[in-house]
Amino acid sequence: MSTHIEFSDVSVHYGQKRAVDRFSFKIAEHSVFAFVGPANSGKTTMLKCINRTIEFIDAAKVTGQVLLKGQDVKAIRDVYSLRRRIGMVFPLPVGLPLTVYENVAYAPRRMGVRNKAELDEIVERCLRDSVLWDEVKDRLDMLGTKLSGGQQQRLTLARALSLSPEILCLDEFSIAIDPVTTMKIEDVLMQLKEKMTIILVTNLTQQARRMADHVAFLNDSELVEWGENEAMFNRPKKEITGRYLNGEFG
Amino acid sequence: MPDSTRKTRVNKSLLSDRFEKPIEWLIKICGWSSLAALTAILIFILKGAGPMISKINWVEFFTSTKWVPSPGTGNEPHYGILAMLVGTLSTTALALLISVPLGLAAAVYISEFATGKVKEFLKVLLELLAAIPSIVWGFIGLMVLAPLIQNWFGVQQGRNLLNGGIVLGLMSVPLIVSLSEDALRAVPDAYREAALALGASKWEIVFRVLFPAARNGLLAAVMLGLGRAIGETMAALLATGHANQIPSAITDPVRTITATIAAEMGEAPKNSDHYHVLFILGLVLFVITGVVNVVADLVIKGTKKHV
Amino acid sequence: MTHPLNPFAATRYEARKARTTIMAKWGTALACLMLIAPVLWILAYIFHHAWPAFSLDYFLLNPSDKGKAGGLWGPLIGSFYLVICSLCVAVPVGVLSGIYLNEYAKENWITRAIGVGVTSLAGVPSIVHALFGLGAFVLGLLPLINRFIDDPLQRMHAGLLTASLTIAVMELPLIITSTREALSSVPKTFREACWNLGASKWQTIRTIVLPNSLGGILTGIILSVSRAAGETAPILFTGAAFSLYVPETFPEKLAPYAVSEPFLAMAYHLKIIMAEISGMPEHMKFGCAAAMILLILSVNSLSIALRMKLRNAKKW
Repeated sequence: MSTHIEFSDVSVHYGQKRAVDRFSFKIAEHSVFAFVGPANSGKTTMLKCINRTIEFIDAAKVTGQVLLKGQDVKAIRDVYSLRRRIGMVFPLPVGLPLTVYENVAYAPRRMGVRNKAELDEIVERCLRDSVLWDEVKDRLDMLGTKLSGGQQQRLTLARALSLSPEILCLDEFSIAIDPVTTMKIEDVLMQLKEKMTIILVTNLTQQARRMADHVAFLNDSELVEWGENEAMFNRPKKEITGRYLNGEFG
Repeated sequence: MPDSTRKTRVNKSLLSDRFEKPIEWLIKICGWSSLAALTAILIFILKGAGPMISKINWVEFFTSTKWVPSPGTGNEPHYGILAMLVGTLSTTALALLISVPLGLAAAVYISEFATGKVKEFLKVLLELLAAIPSIVWGFIGLMVLAPLIQNWFGVQQGRNLLNGGIVLGLMSVPLIVSLSEDALRAVPDAYREAALALGASKWEIVFRVLFPAARNGLLAAVMLGLGRAIGETMAALLATGHANQIPSAITDPVRTITATIAAEMGEAPKNSDHYHVLFILGLVLFVITGVVNVVADLVIKGTKKHV
Repeated sequence: MTHPLNPFAATRYEARKARTTIMAKWGTALACLMLIAPVLWILAYIFHHAWPAFSLDYFLLNPSDKGKAGGLWGPLIGSFYLVICSLCVAVPVGVLSGIYLNEYAKENWITRAIGVGVTSLAGVPSIVHALFGLGAFVLGLLPLINRFIDDPLQRMHAGLLTASLTIAVMELPLIITSTREALSSVPKTFREACWNLGASKWQTIRTIVLPNSLGGILTGIILSVSRAAGETAPILFTGAAFSLYVPETFPEKLAPYAVSEPFLAMAYHLKIIMAEISGMPEHMKFGCAAAMILLILSVNSLSIALRMKLRNAKKW
């Protein structure tokens, strides 16, 4: 399998503070890559480097290269097309102050899709994929901000899927969602793997174990180690990795 | 990625996005509008003051009370603004003497004691009072207060320092109340609760906890009230009596810098010395209010750093 | 009465504490009353004396005999056009400037300088604005335009255009500040969500930020309407007139002023009739002041009502 994303010696500083320290790793196409690690270990910052939303933070300074299919993301001139290739779901559920329908149709509309039938199809598919369709199909004209926290989180996922991204980044997507729904979403994600590469940032080591092909362990802004799922859980090279993955420290 | 290039092209064909670059440029240019306006004001005031800046005797300007801007032929003009400065400062001081204690007390009531409907009602009322234009305040000074003052104090001229002070005081109250209330509200509730837990009375909380904690905000409120009172024109023109003299009693008529410009600009021939000197008065006002406002702004910034 | 055996009875210190609290409460309440009562009395006094002047004709007829008779139509419509023309300039510039400060400006000294510029501009006395308007627009801009007009009869004079531009500069800080405040009340997470979807900065502003802050911006604009309608000093030398022929028949009556000619305005009309015309009937003076107050207060009430409605219709 070919490499989809590669981090090569990437560091991020917020002023004097270091948030990401020399990350280097490769993520293969159509795989699930999980990042685990305690809070403040640079996970979210790393994701923001991939779609370059890090540039909206004035104080952030990025060094090193993020390569998308071998191309440096900084060299991509149309940054919006880059962001459309990458679906992002952050931990805080954010329903935009639009109807449920318009929430999902937001990005396709910005891209110029105006055909009603086409939009209907996208909205239904994405809401089904995020296991929200059955709950909202009768009230698509309700404000997305009025949904419950867990529903808004799945709405965020549906929005991320609306552009059929080639990479889907999920940052602790399940913290606001009940376990049963989480399992259903995990099933869907395993199917979506056929179409896209999935990057999973999670606190739940068991989730990483269930889903990931590769696992990386982050601690204190450093990439401690990364490798195949089975090897990371059973034969970690560093002691701290084993302790964290087996729930002995955190 | 052939797929994404197709999407990009579709995107650019949207009409609203084709204007994105020009609109962003426009936004950036407009962003400077306030500084541009401020600079333009300074430039045109200086231009209006023109040759008189170097011709005028600046010592006489600030120390003489003699204001004879357009004398009869053969007589010397005199440009001394001391009496006007005193007039402006005395009306302003009197106005603050009225508005600061009352305004602070009202702000304390609204922020610490009033609740629900009463609070809402008072805030709306203050907002409406703030909206009453200065020409109406001038009308109040001229038509309502002046006869009252004539009766109560038995003086000939009801338009005087006292009248001007009351009018400007009432005018600046809504500003002082709303800014002080903001400052008091910005004090974290934890301070109040901690003091309450230590057994302090509401009175002690206000004086020993809230006032020190909100000191900078309250100071800024007073300074902005001061700036407002100094720069007030129409009300000052109509309520103070417009007599160029240093007052010896509170019922003496006075004259302010603002009123002088408003009253004399219409009659000063264009590009005459008188005309230029009136612009110098404007410059003096611009500098005074500018200093007051910038200091108030710095004082507020100081609060934000503290909390 | 305290009882020696009652452990819950107030100590002397506690009793004093309760007393001072009540004193503080009623003392500050009295201050509120001392501020509000005189003003309410004054307003009642004005309306009482204005009552004989009020009739439908008073609002629909033009002033006649130097304002001693007739009504207020000319000044009212003049103030209306003054406000509209000034908003045409101040709203686009002010709103865009607010957008710049809240959405585009980085946190650095330039942005801080612009912020200080906004507050300083808000603090410039109205008479200084008047001098600026006289120097920049009446004596600067008009001769520049007139240079291109050959026919002396077509030349522009101080009037609606120059007065509106002067007022527009005064309105700027209020509109900028209220726009900035309205925009910053839209949570940052909404913007981030849109950026992550590949929406550009401007698309995000247009589709999410602006629609959800329109109410707040509108409130600020309405406030600047009442400010503009009440300003007197800035129009003293920049185009306001007192004696002017205004057509008495429709439809000319609806648009009686050219932008390049002087106009009547409520604030200026009030200034002249209260202080400069001898033999002015009392009820005409009070009537004009009362009409002015009514005008301003109704515009401001509109803004307050809008704000309350928005607060109840929050989308998140």
